[in-house]
Amino acid sequence: MSDDHGGPLFIWRGTPVARRSLLVGLGAVGAFLAVDLGAVAYANKWIAAGSALTRQTFIDGFRAVYGSHPGFRKNHAKGVAVAGYFDANGNGTELSRAAVFRSGRVPVTGRFSLAGGNPFGADNPATARGLGLAIGFPGEQQWRTAMLNLAVFPDKSPQGFYDRLLASRAEAGRGKPDPEAMKRFNAAHPETVKATAINKTRPPTPGFADSTFSSLNTFFFVDGSNARTPVRWSFVPLQAALPAGSGDNGLFDALVRQVRVEPLRWRLLLTVGQPADPTTDATLPWPDGRRQIDAGTVTLTAAETEAAGNARDVNFDPLVLPDGIEPSDDPLLSARSAVYAASYRARTGEPTSPPAIRVEDVAR
Amino acid sequence: MTERVRYPLRTRVLHWLTAVFVFAALLIGFAMVNSLGNYAFLVGLHMTLGITILVIVVARVANRFTHRAPPLPSTVGTVEHKLVLGSEVSMYALLLAQPLVGWAMVSSAGQPVTVFGRWRLPVLAPFDADTYFFLRQAHSVLAYLLVITIAAHVSAILLHTLTLRDGMLSRMTH
Repeated sequence: MSDDHGGPLFIWRGTPVARRSLLVGLGAVGAFLAVDLGAVAYANKWIAAGSALTRQTFIDGFRAVYGSHPGFRKNHAKGVAVAGYFDANGNGTELSRAAVFRSGRVPVTGRFSLAGGNPFGADNPATARGLGLAIGFPGEQQWRTAMLNLAVFPDKSPQGFYDRLLASRAEAGRGKPDPEAMKRFNAAHPETVKATAINKTRPPTPGFADSTFSSLNTFFFVDGSNARTPVRWSFVPLQAALPAGSGDNGLFDALVRQVRVEPLRWRLLLTVGQPADPTTDATLPWPDGRRQIDAGTVTLTAAETEAAGNARDVNFDPLVLPDGIEPSDDPLLSARSAVYAASYRARTGEPTSPPAIRVEDVAR
Repeated sequence: MTERVRYPLRTRVLHWLTAVFVFAALLIGFAMVNSLGNYAFLVGLHMTLGITILVIVVARVANRFTHRAPPLPSTVGTVEHKLVLGSEVSMYALLLAQPLVGWAMVSSAGQPVTVFGRWRLPVLAPFDADTYFFLRQAHSVLAYLLVITIAAHVSAILLHTLTLRDGMLSRMTH
């Protein structure tokens, strides 16, 4: 007490320092550090995290359901890289100012995949098939899209996707999901029940080459006068598929064999939404008869074993978009972007091992 | 304090702009990697802030050579003077390196950096997954080094201003 009115606590380079001054300074430093580091901790969710889903929840979920497979994508782990080009016919410029829709050819790097986190699982015709394309890669105006051979997406929210992932987990010993868990999931997610029924009306085709791949989520195409049009796109096959081969890689082997002898082509159809069409719920189809614009053709000329520098190292983030295509407010889009980024960061830091589909090993 | 002992107005403005933007970029950076619904929006904001900071800091480096720093108060001894210089140099180095590493990191993933939701910047590094991972880790390490450096910087200013009462803060304020 005497210090405040008596002599200084200490002398710092000729400046007397009272106890009160020392306490004020240390108190201010303490308060600043508490706010500063508290904000850092809060932003990092080290404190007050709650139960909100994060991208790490998804990465942990994929590992829990499919096991740990270092170096591979955490979902759509099994795949093969492809390369080719996109020929735009100019029709897309009606809706979008994106350079990719102007008449002309741009290179494409892509990847066919099967849903699920096991990079060595046996091909099952019923498993959702994926096609990721990076059109105009790696240019500044590139367009990345990750599509499925479904009519609608099974989930309308990240939580729905996560719950379905966990409910589909094979039980130890049985090798099949717990039917009770799936029942509980279906009761809680009627939108998924409806979407699954719609998808059942479009059974999978014999192979990758004759599958229609769709964006499922809605995007906005923006033209030169900033007019925005809701669009869902599909790549529609222009060939029949070779029948699936035997063995665990039957679907992929048939694809590899076919692309060796002929370029595989898909027509890009832009489906134009009407004002009342749902744009934020990918489980809901748009009514039949919506106008479709044929915007061009993608041609895939080669399949490659996933390796450094090809599509293995491309994150088919649906939000890598050119000027002229914008995301809708569909909550799946931002969540997909976040989770894909987490998967990309994880796998680029993990040791890699040869993938299941080795193009050079596929019998001719 | 006389007018002699503070930085010129342009330096003070650039300093406080940097302070606000760097706090925002760091907190948004930490928050966005845990966000699903706002991830895309926050990434766009983070990239825009980062490139804005880069521009400001380049201007600050150039500006730093246009004038001498006002003299430090007598409470700063020889050893502490060296620390002040060292912390200033490391702060500039971190503030230049962090946006460049972030930009190069996005480039090495084969993607463009997009600022203000519209403009795509040219690539700063070739498409390469190993390079991406190295730069991605470096971006996090630099972020925490910035948090530590800023905490030390602010703590030192507060102790000088409130405990030694030497007017240290006023060199950068009124």
